[in-house]
Amino acid sequence: MTIEILMPALSPTMTEGKLATWLKSEGDSVEAGDVIAEIETDKATMEVEAVDEGIIGKIMIDGGTDNVAVNTVIAVLLEEGETLADISDAPASSVQTQAVEENNVTEDTSFVAQPKSAEILDIDEAKFFENTKPITVREALRDAMAEEMRNDNNVFVMGEEVAEYQGAYKVTQGLLQEFGAKRVIDTPITEAGFAGIGAGAAYAGLKPVIEFMTFNFAMQAIDQIINSSAKTLYMSGGQITSPIVFRGPNGAATRVGAQHSQCYASWYSHVPGLKVVAPYSSADARGLLKAAIRDPNPVVFLENEMLYGTSFEAPVDEDYVIPIGKAKIEREGSDVTIVSFSIMVGKALEAAEKLAEQGIDAEVINLRTLRPLDTKTIVDSVKKTNRLVSAEEGWPVAGMGAEFAALIMEEAFDYLDAPVLRVTGKDVPMPYAANLEKLALPQVEDIIDAVRKVSYAS
Amino acid sequence: MGKQNSSKKATAQALKGSNNVTAEEMLEFYKTMLLIRRFEEKAGQLYGMGLIGGFCHLYIGQEAVVTGIQSVLEDKDTVITTYRDHGHMLACNMDPKGVMAELTGRAGGYSNGKGGSMHMFSRENNFFGGHGIVGANAPIGGGLAFAHKYREDGGLTTCYFGDGAANQGQVYETYNMASLWKLPIIFVIENNKYAMGTSQQRAAAGELFERGAAYGIPGEKVDGMDVVEVVKATQRAVEYVRGGNGPMILEMDTYRYRGHSMSDPAKYRTKEEVNQVKDENDCIVKVKSWLLSDGGYSDDDIKVIDKEIKAVVNESAEFAQQSPEPDISELWTDILLEEDK
Repeated sequence: MTIEILMPALSPTMTEGKLATWLKSEGDSVEAGDVIAEIETDKATMEVEAVDEGIIGKIMIDGGTDNVAVNTVIAVLLEEGETLADISDAPASSVQTQAVEENNVTEDTSFVAQPKSAEILDIDEAKFFENTKPITVREALRDAMAEEMRNDNNVFVMGEEVAEYQGAYKVTQGLLQEFGAKRVIDTPITEAGFAGIGAGAAYAGLKPVIEFMTFNFAMQAIDQIINSSAKTLYMSGGQITSPIVFRGPNGAATRVGAQHSQCYASWYSHVPGLKVVAPYSSADARGLLKAAIRDPNPVVFLENEMLYGTSFEAPVDEDYVIPIGKAKIEREGSDVTIVSFSIMVGKALEAAEKLAEQGIDAEVINLRTLRPLDTKTIVDSVKKTNRLVSAEEGWPVAGMGAEFAALIMEEAFDYLDAPVLRVTGKDVPMPYAANLEKLALPQVEDIIDAVRKVSYAS
Repeated sequence: MGKQNSSKKATAQALKGSNNVTAEEMLEFYKTMLLIRRFEEKAGQLYGMGLIGGFCHLYIGQEAVVTGIQSVLEDKDTVITTYRDHGHMLACNMDPKGVMAELTGRAGGYSNGKGGSMHMFSRENNFFGGHGIVGANAPIGGGLAFAHKYREDGGLTTCYFGDGAANQGQVYETYNMASLWKLPIIFVIENNKYAMGTSQQRAAAGELFERGAAYGIPGEKVDGMDVVEVVKATQRAVEYVRGGNGPMILEMDTYRYRGHSMSDPAKYRTKEEVNQVKDENDCIVKVKSWLLSDGGYSDDDIKVIDKEIKAVVNESAEFAQQSPEPDISELWTDILLEEDK
C-alpha cells in the first residue's frame, strides 16, 4: 500500500505553511530520517524528514507553494514492489489521515462546580475533651510527630537543625534521641534540595515530614511543593502519590523584618492537589499534624512561631485526630461571624469578649484547614448571623479574605445584612520599627472596628 | 556469515570495544535503539498531523545512552528523567501503545491523557517521570535513592538530565546531600551539546563530569554514541554505587539530530555538523554493522527485525489514534487521593 506524506504542523499553533523546496525528486529512494523537503512556518524554515523508506512516487504539491494546509498530501511514497499505478488504485494510506474529531462537549464543565470532595469523616470531638491536660503548641507538634513515627516506620523528619540542635524552635526536641539519625535527619541549608528529596522519597512510598525553619525559606522550594508534589497524582493519572508534609512556622514573628514575616496561606491555598492546614491551639496542632502525616496527599502545614510557647488544654487520648477540612466554632454567637485561622483566632476571641461587653454577640470560626475549605460551616454561620468579618495576618490583595467574601457572594448573598469586611495585614512589606510593625499587623481593635461597622453600631 | 554492509552509511561507523558482549545482547541493543528511533520518527509524524500537541522533544540520536544504561540495571532500580523522556520509557519496558496514546492525549495513555509528552510515569516499571522543570528532577531522584537506602532494598536510582539542567543550582544541592549520605544514585548527564539553542561552550564553564569532584563524587566522560562503551561505563558505576560508596556521575557525550522540540528549526548549528554525526557516528548504524560483520546475522535477519519494530510502532500509532479522548469526568479525578474508608 502506498504511503501518503502529509504537510506537517511544526509548531503548536501552525495551521498552514509554505512548502519551500523539495530536496528529493520523483524516483528518489529515501530512508526513514532523510530530509526530503523544507517548509516555512510563520517563525522559521524547518526540515521535513521521511518516516518510512521507499521511493518518492509522486510529488503532489510543488516546491514554492504558499499556504499549504496542514495534513494536505504533499507526496506519495512507494514501498518495495509498488509502482506508480498503485497510487491511483490505492489511495488509502497506511497512515491515518483524519485529524482528531472536534470534541463537541455539551455537558456542563463549569469550573465553579467542583465535585464534592469525599464526605469528611466526622468525629465526636467533645468526647476527647472530657480528659485533657495543658500542653504547649510546641509540645503538641512534637508529640504528634513522635506518635506517628512510633506507629509507622515510613515516617521520617528532615530539615535544618531538626536533629542534633533539637529544632531551631525546639519543635523536634527529643526526636533524635528516640528515633535515631536514620529517621531524624539534619540537612544542609538547601531548601530546594531537601524539599525535592522529600518529594522523591514520597513518590517511593515513604512519609516525609519536611520542616522548613520558616515558610519564608520555603520560597526556595516552592517549585518542589507545587510542581513536583501537588500536581503529580494528576499528571500520573493517579499512579504516583505524594504522602508528604511540609511544615514550619508561617507569618509574622516579632521584629524580624520583611523577609522573615509573611503569611503564605493564600499562596498555597490557591493550588489544587495540596491540602493546607493552619492550626491555632495545641489540640489543633496535635490532632491536625497526625492527620496530615497520615494523609496520602501533600499537606502544607502552617504553624505560628508566636503560638509555640502558648499552652492550651488538649485531649490526652492519642486517637484524637482531627479530620482535615473541618472547621471549629470556637465561640458561638448570633450577631456576626468572625472567620479566622492560626494566631488570628486568638485575637478574634479576644475581640469577641470585648464586643460582648458592648452588646454584640460574635461567633468565631477557627478554620483549622484552609484547603479544602469547610465552606458549609462558614455559610451556615453567616445564614444565622447575616454578617461576616474575616481576620488574617496576610496581605489583603488576593488573600484568604477575598476568597471568603466571594464564597458568601456566591452562596449566601441573600442572607447578608451588611457587606463582608476583611481585616488583614497592611499592604506593605513588614517594617522593622516596633511602632510600624504594630501598625502593619492586624490588631484586636481592628477586628472590633470591623465588627461594629458591619453591625452598624456607632 | 556474510561480511557485507547493508547500509551505505555503515562503512565509516564502528563500535570501539565490543569484546565481552554477546551477539544476542547486541541484537537486544539494536532492537531497543531502533524501537526508540522509529517510535520518535512516528511521534514526529503524528505531531506534524496535529495529533500530538504542545511540546514534543524527540530523543533521536541519543538512543545508545538510555539503552546501554538500562540494560545493566535491575527491576528493583528506579528511574527518573526530564522532559526528553520517550526513549527512557521504552527502555524501561513501558508499552509503546500507552506512551504514544499519552502523546496524543488519549484515555489509553499512561496518565490517561492528562500528563502529555513531558509528564508520564509508570509505577509498575519504576519509572518516576517525565519532569518538565529543568533540574527539579535531580533532588527528586535523590529522594528515590534516599528511599532505597532507607528501606535497605539494594536498589539504586538512575537520574537523567541534560547539559542544560547541569547548570541548575538544585543539581549541586543534590550532589552535596547524595555524597554526604552516600545515596545509591547514578547521575547521568546526557550532554547533547545544546541546551535548547545555547551551546554547551556558551553556557557551561569547565567539564560537566568533573563538577562532582568538589563533593567527592567521581565522574566519567563516556562515548554516548557507542552502546558498548555506555554499557561498560554503567557496569563500573553500578558496581561502585551498589557497593555503598555513594553517587557517581556519568557524562554521556551524545547528540540530538532533531531540534530541541518540534518547533525548533535548530539554526544555532550547521547542517554539516548534524550530518557529520549522522554519517560517521550513528549509534544504531554502528551496532547494525557489527551485527552483520561480527555478530553472525544476515541482511535478511536484520530486515525481519526492522519489520517487527515497524509493526510495533505502527500498532502504537494506531492505538494512539483509536483510543478515545479521556472521559470528561477525568477533569476532576486524581487531584487528591481520598483515604481508604
